[in-house]
Amino acid sequence: MHNNKLRNGRGVLAAAVLVGIAGISAEASADVNLYTTREPGLIQPLLDAFTQETGIKVNSIFVRDGLAERVAAEGQRSPADVLMTVDFGNLIDLVEKGLTQPIDSEVLNDAVPENLRGEDGHWYALSMRARVVYAAKDLDIDSFTYEQLGDAEWRGKLCIRSGQHPYNTAMIAAHLVYHGEEATRTWLEGMKQNLARAATGGDRDVARDIMGGICDIGVGNSYYVGLMRGGRGGPEQQKWGDAIKVILPTFEGGGTHVNISGAAIARYSPNKDEAVQLLEYLVSDAAQKLYAEANYEYPVKEGAAIDPIIAALGDLEVDPTPLTDIAQQRGAASRLVDQVGFDQ
Amino acid sequence: MPQAGSSIKSDSISSDTPAASQRPRWNPWLIVSGAVALAVAAPIVALVVTASAGSEGLWAHLTGSILPAAIRDTLILLTGVGILTAVIGTGTAWLVAAHDFPGRRIFDWALLLPLAVPTYIIAYAYLDVMHPVGPVQTALRALLGIDSPRDFRLPDIRSMAGCIFVLGFVLYPYVYLTTRAMFLMQSANLIDAARTLGAGRRGVFLRIALPLARPAVAIGVSLALLETLNDIGAAEFLGVRTLTVSVYTTWVTRSDLPGAAQIAIAMLTVVVLVVLLERWARRQRRYANDAQHPRPLARHRLRRGAGVAAALVCALPVLIGFIVPTWYLVDQTIARIRFAGISPAIPAEVLNTVLLSAIATVLTIVAALVVVYAVRLGRGAAPRVLARTASLGYAVPGTVLAIGLLPVITGIEAIVDTGATRVFGVSTGLFLLGSGAAVVYAYVARFLAISAGSLEAGFSRVSPSIDAAARTLGAGAGRTLLQVHVPMLRPALATGALLVFVDCMKELPATLLLRPLGFETLATHLYGEAIRGTYEEAAIAALLIVAVGLVPVLILVRLGVRGEAEAGMTASVRAPASD
Repeated sequence: MHNNKLRNGRGVLAAAVLVGIAGISAEASADVNLYTTREPGLIQPLLDAFTQETGIKVNSIFVRDGLAERVAAEGQRSPADVLMTVDFGNLIDLVEKGLTQPIDSEVLNDAVPENLRGEDGHWYALSMRARVVYAAKDLDIDSFTYEQLGDAEWRGKLCIRSGQHPYNTAMIAAHLVYHGEEATRTWLEGMKQNLARAATGGDRDVARDIMGGICDIGVGNSYYVGLMRGGRGGPEQQKWGDAIKVILPTFEGGGTHVNISGAAIARYSPNKDEAVQLLEYLVSDAAQKLYAEANYEYPVKEGAAIDPIIAALGDLEVDPTPLTDIAQQRGAASRLVDQVGFDQ
Repeated sequence: MPQAGSSIKSDSISSDTPAASQRPRWNPWLIVSGAVALAVAAPIVALVVTASAGSEGLWAHLTGSILPAAIRDTLILLTGVGILTAVIGTGTAWLVAAHDFPGRRIFDWALLLPLAVPTYIIAYAYLDVMHPVGPVQTALRALLGIDSPRDFRLPDIRSMAGCIFVLGFVLYPYVYLTTRAMFLMQSANLIDAARTLGAGRRGVFLRIALPLARPAVAIGVSLALLETLNDIGAAEFLGVRTLTVSVYTTWVTRSDLPGAAQIAIAMLTVVVLVVLLERWARRQRRYANDAQHPRPLARHRLRRGAGVAAALVCALPVLIGFIVPTWYLVDQTIARIRFAGISPAIPAEVLNTVLLSAIATVLTIVAALVVVYAVRLGRGAAPRVLARTASLGYAVPGTVLAIGLLPVITGIEAIVDTGATRVFGVSTGLFLLGSGAAVVYAYVARFLAISAGSLEAGFSRVSPSIDAAARTLGAGAGRTLLQVHVPMLRPALATGALLVFVDCMKELPATLLLRPLGFETLATHLYGEAIRGTYEEAAIAALLIVAVGLVPVLILVRLGVRGEAEAGMTASVRAPASD
């Protein structure tokens, strides 16, 4: 009986290996394998359009955290072709960990402005979003600076998600580039005192909390305004979106802080040609239009149309600080957030 | 069985037989047990290696600005959840086990229902329900004639108190389950004696039943606390920065894996405290089971007013922990289906979820059975150490375990791939990550402790003289296990399997990191929607997780009812107190 069990065990193991091999050979066709930190719902329309146009199937896996660890651990066997993130910090991390490879594509270089792509074609921005201020409708303000978020005028009236969220660490890193460590610490301490509730949740929660009277101002990404007001999230969220007014804030003497969604080709990409084709498709006029329409993002390609809801927020003047400079300050920003106990 | 004779011979090297003293101490059970322990320990070792790779100055930052606050908040949360689950779990268990009142039969099982609701789901349900623009406060304002939420609001649920509240009301069933079983098994003799000596019902509870049930309470509370330590969704969602959340943010936002591993190791000390509590409780428990001829407790019928009050007390946790969140999910699901229909991916996700969980449950139970049985067979420290090691996984949060597993899994894959390429000319590639086997590995490593715990408890009720009798009659260790123990352990096996199954289904962080390309479970689907802030879209998946999670809870309920009858049987073969 004992021995029988062992034999069965071997059978199971062999079966598992066979299933594994079958799984791999199924993946070996000329599809593109996409590892993404981007919520699948947001890019699926773009991927479907790409498949329709080229006949190339896209297999995607949504790995919110641990993308770099997984690709690194898979090493040369990794099936990953395209790595996509919703934050330039994570994207630059992938490059710095040696998980990407350079590509030379005229289509990409023509479409993506120089400050929105990495050196040697290691990464490309595909779309932009602005970090904006949501405010209660009845507030009498039309312009705002990021620096004002720490002002005593807003004690107990500010809603914002975790200070450790990449969208916020990028914004704080940009403040560090402008004002240095001491001023940024003071600013963060001010913001912490301004918090109306724990720094947590998502950007849409900020709009809902303003509607619910918990706070007067808050910080969120521009496209959520489109998603809420456009009715994509249902009637309830439309109410949240309509309960706020949106201001495009600037740094003193600068512009509005933006983040990007972007992509890179994996270092050991088994289907590099198809992968480059996918990236080139994503900066085509058709795809850039879809980014704007489906996701309410700002296109990276000049002259591509912006969705009317987003256009109505005002003219976006992108802050000129290079993204790579901001990326360098992310670690310092994250440490400051801990030191002032922003999330505590 | 024709081969039985030969297998008895091959098994007869167990240390229980006199021959053992001349033979080497290791046996097949110990080898398998060692393999299981190694498989569980490997990711933790990998984690320690990762932690030691940290840069200088990192530790200073951790101890200076992260750890003190995170440890403080974690301890406050654990204390709060511990007290709340102990009070609710013990209180309702005593009412249900020792009294009769309207609805008692329903509450008997209904009190288990919150077990089906994962912590991250109850957190977002309550954020919506209790929000100033949500149903409760809107109704309250209408009642009070207040127009604007700016004029009147309840305290925000995104706080430590809110987190304790929601976790307490979904985790109390762990205490209820263990304590209720203890109350039911307690000898009525002691209680009758106390009453004969003039003790009131309150005195019986406080001075007899409660002290006797203390180990069961401690076991239940420690299970609830381990769940609390593992939780990442609810705490993150409600803005409580526990150690678990710190591990996560350090890894994710600073891309600082060594730092995350270091916090994880700091966290293990808290876990060790909880596990010690649990161990202590298990050791205490056998003194409580000491009676020679236990009789079931005669239920005291409560008079009308008291009966209604008891029903209300029992209804409250069911209402808060199950009915309100489920009602909310049903409501949101209906709204969502009207608005956008059902995602066509859902049926495949249900299948993936059930399949992965079922495979992992079977493997977990088999592994746990071997590990625990090896302890029973073996002498010396080795099997015990292996069993403890095999149970370590439960103490490590899923995210951390998954990071530790990555190098282990890809290492195995590389070795197998190189070997297969050389010998057969076939590349096996990423056969673990690509097939979902990596997720199963994570589940088994993580949840082995749960089934091992319930099996240990089950085994402890079987007297060693039964083993001796079986062996004297010629059965080997394997046959004794399969034909003598397994039938008697059925309730423990079923309890362990169901708890593991539900936990696998709810598991999020490891699934998220280790699943194959294009493979979604209900939990990963739900998470994808929830982090977009589109909770209504997540409602369908959440409702399904709760619904599928209900099935094992309901089976548990049925078994529990039968378990009362079997309690008498197991009691009659229970080990003498001197064991």
